[in-house]
Amino acid sequence: MSEIVLQIDGKEVKAQEGMTIVEAAKTVGIEIPTLCHHEKLEPYGACRICTVEAESNGRKTLVAGCLYPVESGMVVQTKTEKLHSIRKVLVEQMLAHAPDAPQLVELAKEYGADKDRFDKDPSFCILCGLCVRYCAEVKQKHAIGYMDRGPRREISFIPDVAAKECWDCKECFPLCPTSALQAAYVLTEALLPEQPEEEADCSCSSGCCGG
Amino acid sequence: MPRINSPAELEEFRRAILSKRDDKRPCITLCSGSACHATGSEKVADAIMAELESHGLKDQVDVRRTGCHGFCEQGPILVVYPEGISYLKVKPEDVCEIVSHTFKEKKLVERLLYVDPNTGDKSSHEHDIPFYKNQQRLILGLNTKIDPKSLEDYLAVGGYQAMAKALLQMTPEQVIGEVKQAKLRGRGGAGFPSGTKWEFARNAPGDQKYVVVNCDEGDPGAYMDRALMEGNPFTVLEGLLIGAYAIGASEGYIYVRQEYPLAVDNLTVAIREAEEHGFLGKNILGSGFDFTVKVHRGAGAFICGEETSLLQSLEGKPGEPKPRPPFPAVRGLWGKPTNINNVETWANIPVIINKGAEYFSSIGTESSKGTKVFSLVGKVNNTGLVEVPMGMPLRDIIFKIGGGVPNGKKFKAVQTGGPSGGCIPEEYLDVKVDFDELMKMGAMMGSGGMIVMDEDTCLVDIARYFLEFLSDESCGKCVPCREGIRQMLKVMTAITQGKGKEGDIELLENMAMATQGAALCALGKTAPNPVLSTLKYFRHEYEAHIKEKRCPALSCKELIAFHIEPAKCKGCGSCLRKCPANAIEGGKKTIHVIDQEKCTKCGTCIEACPAAFQAISKLSGVPVPEPPAPSARALA
Ligand SMILES: Cc1cc2nc3c(=O)[nH]c(=O)nc-3n(C[C@H](O)[C@H](O)[C@H](O)COP(=O)(O)O)c2cc1C
Ligand code: SF4
Ligand code: SF4
Ligand code: SF4
Ligand code: FES
Ligand code: FES
Repeated sequence: MSEIVLQIDGKEVKAQEGMTIVEAAKTVGIEIPTLCHHEKLEPYGACRICTVEAESNGRKTLVAGCLYPVESGMVVQTKTEKLHSIRKVLVEQMLAHAPDAPQLVELAKEYGADKDRFDKDPSFCILCGLCVRYCAEVKQKHAIGYMDRGPRREISFIPDVAAKECWDCKECFPLCPTSALQAAYVLTEALLPEQPEEEADCSCSSGCCGG
Repeated sequence: MPRINSPAELEEFRRAILSKRDDKRPCITLCSGSACHATGSEKVADAIMAELESHGLKDQVDVRRTGCHGFCEQGPILVVYPEGISYLKVKPEDVCEIVSHTFKEKKLVERLLYVDPNTGDKSSHEHDIPFYKNQQRLILGLNTKIDPKSLEDYLAVGGYQAMAKALLQMTPEQVIGEVKQAKLRGRGGAGFPSGTKWEFARNAPGDQKYVVVNCDEGDPGAYMDRALMEGNPFTVLEGLLIGAYAIGASEGYIYVRQEYPLAVDNLTVAIREAEEHGFLGKNILGSGFDFTVKVHRGAGAFICGEETSLLQSLEGKPGEPKPRPPFPAVRGLWGKPTNINNVETWANIPVIINKGAEYFSSIGTESSKGTKVFSLVGKVNNTGLVEVPMGMPLRDIIFKIGGGVPNGKKFKAVQTGGPSGGCIPEEYLDVKVDFDELMKMGAMMGSGGMIVMDEDTCLVDIARYFLEFLSDESCGKCVPCREGIRQMLKVMTAITQGKGKEGDIELLENMAMATQGAALCALGKTAPNPVLSTLKYFRHEYEAHIKEKRCPALSCKELIAFHIEPAKCKGCGSCLRKCPANAIEGGKKTIHVIDQEKCTKCGTCIEACPAAFQAISKLSGVPVPEPPAPSARALA
C-alpha cells in the first residue's frame, strides 16, 4: 500500500491507497456524518448522508465519502453550503420515518433540519441495511433481507432461518440507528405462527376458500 | 453448412449466394416486426402464400419476412420488388388484389398507398413517403432488406465484411483507434465515448474479460433496441465480435429483457448460424481469435438497464446498482474487466469499420457523430422509429418526418430522453438534436425516446406521471432516490389536484437538488429532471395550479369542470344520451345542463356534442356559471 497525499477541508492529508474519504478524514480529526456505514461491513452507500464534494482531474463531483477511495491530489470539501442543505433534506426525509431516532435527532440539530417538514410515515426503519448486512456478512446466516423495491421496500426476517438463529443472537439489534425495537418487532412478527385468518373470516359463497 | 475458415472463403461463399440471386426477380417483402405482427402480418403472410399458390406463382416470386421498417403505425407494411412499391396497412383481403394487380398487371393498388394527411399526396415508394424521405437510415436501413433468420440475406448485403476486416487486417489497437476517431458515443443514455470505454477495458489488467450487450430497454414507449435486435441480430453480433476482439474478451453476454421473446428467438438463430459457419467459437476466420456468446433473459426491471445492476443481475443477484468506482471496465462481471454497450452502439461498429471513421464522423455535429434512432410517439401524425443524422433540428423531426400535430392542435412541448428526460417548449424547436445541446436544454438524449405533446397536455401532470414511474422503478436502496422521489411525487400529486401550497415550488427545487446531488446511481441523479425541466419552461403552469387552482391545459381532472353554454345548446340530446354518469339534464327542445355533483369529468359529452354546435366547454379556475332557471330553458 503506498501513501498518497490529498486535501480535505484545506488540510493536507497523508492517506493509504485504498482508504475511503471518511477514513482519511478521520485521521486528521475531520468527522463526516455517517449512518449506514460500519467498519466491520462492506461499504454499501445507502443513506448518502456522508456525501462530500470531491475534485480530481479538474472535475468536481458529489460522492459518498464512506465508499469513495481517496486519490492522489484529490481536493475534498466536507462542509459546503450545498452539502449542508443536501444533508438537511436527507435527515428530514429520514425523520419522517423515525422521528425520534437519537442519531437523526442529533443530525437534525446540526443541520437545522425540521422534523415536521414531511408528513410522518413512521416505519421506524431507514433501510440503512446494517442489520441485513451484519447478519449476512458477519454471522453469515442471512436471516434478514429486503422485500419489494422503491418506496415499498422494507426489511423482513426469513421466518425459517430466524426461528432457528435469531432468538439467541439478536446481535443486529443494537446496530440499528433508529430503534432496536423495530427489529424486535419485525422478528416477532416473522416468528408468529401463520394465522389461518382469511379462511376463518371468509363467508363468501363463491368457493374462493375451497369451501 | 460449411465452416468458413478465412476471409477468402467468406468472399467465395458470399459470391455463391449472390450468384443465386437476381435483383429483377419479383419479391414480396412483408414486415413481421412486433408491431406489424400485432396488427396481423402473420395472416397477411398466410394469404400471400395461398394466393401465390393459387396463381401458380410460388416458384416465381420470393417472399421475405423482415424486421421493423419503422413506420409501425401504418403496418403491416408490404413492399413489392423489384419496383419497391410500398403498401401500408395491408390486410389479408388485400393480398388477392396486390397479386393480381401489381404482379400480373403491373398496376398500383391505390388505396394501399401512403396519403399525406397534410397535402393529400400519394406516395408509391418508401423513399417518397415524407416519413422516410428525411431520414438517414444507416443502422435501421438493413432491416427492410433482410430476413432476420437468414444469414444468407445478411451476407448478401455485405454482412461480416467488417468482422473479417477487423480480425485479419487490423490490430485491436487499430480497431479501438478507428472507433475513437469516429467519435462514436454510447447510445444507451449518457453518451460516453465508446472508444475510450473500450480502451479502459482493454488496458485493465486481467486475462479473462467480458463484453456485454445491453438490450434491457426499459424506457416506456421506446423500442429501437427491440427493432434492431429483432430485425437485424447479425449486425449487433458482428459489432460485439469486433468489440470483443478489440478489448481482448473471449466471452460475451447479450442481456435481453424478458418481454422480447422474438428478439431472443432471432438472436438464437443468428448465434447458431454464426457458430455453424465458424463466425463464433475457436479461431474465427483463421485469425486465432476465439469468442463465444450467451443470451441472458432479464427479468425486466427498469433499473436492470443500469450497467452495474445489469451485471449484478447477470450474476444471478438482485439487480441493484453498485457504487462506481470500481467501474465495470476494471471490475465488472464476476470481478473481471467488462465492457457493456447498448444495442444501437454495437450496431454502429460494423458501419464504422466498413466505411471508416472519416465517413462516420462526417455525419452529425461537432460533439455527436453518426445517426441516432428515435422513437417518435405522442401527439404527432407519423409515429414510429426515426433515424436521423445527429444535429437535425427538433422541428424537422417533428414536422417534416413526424408530419406535425394531428387534429389541428397546437404543438406544446416535446419530451426527450425517457422518464428522466426533460420537456422542450416550442421556442426551442430549432435546437439541433445532439447529446450536448439536449443537455443544455435541461433535457437529454437518453436512449432516444421522443414524446410529442399538444396544447391539451398539462406539463405539470406529465412531470408527475414520470415521477410516478421512477418512484415505482427506484430500487429503493438509497435515501435521496427512494425518499426524494416519493416526497416529490406527493407534492406534485397535490399540485395537480389543486391542493398545492405556497412554497411547494421551492420545496420541489430543494428536494430535487438533494436527490440529484446525493443519489447513488443515475436513476436517482436524473429523476428530478422531469420536474426541473418543466419548472424551467412551464413554471407559470405550476403557479396557475398552485395559486389560481387552475389547469391551463384544461387537463387535470380535479381542476376542471364541464359546462354547457346555454346560448349554444340546441337541445339535441346527444350529450345526454352518451353521458355515462347520467349527469346531464335536458329534454326535447330544452337547454341541457350538467349536474356538477354527478359529473365524473370523463369528457364524453364534449365529443358527443355535434361539431356544428360546440356547446360544451371545459372551464378551469373560474366558477361554473349558474345554469338558466328551469323555466328559462325551453328553446323555440
Ligand atoms: C436507470 C437506468 C436505466 C438504464 N437503462 C438502459 C437500457 O435499458 N438500455 C441501455 O442500453 N442502457 C441503459 N442505461 C444506461 C446504461 O447504464 C449504460 O450507460 C449503457 O448500457 C452503456 O452503453 P453505451 O455506452 O453504449 O451507451 C440505463 C441507465 C440507468 C441509470
Ligand atoms: S431495521 Fe434498523 S438496522 Fe435494519 S435496515 Fe432498518 S434502520 Fe437499518
Ligand atoms: S438512485 Fe435510486 S435506483 Fe439508484 S441506488 Fe439509489 S435508490 Fe436505487
Ligand atoms: S364529462 Fe362525462 S360525466 Fe361529465 S357531463 Fe360530460 S359525459 Fe357526463
Ligand atoms: S454512510 Fe455513506 S452512504 Fe451511508
Ligand atoms: S413492426 Fe412493422 S414497421 Fe415496425
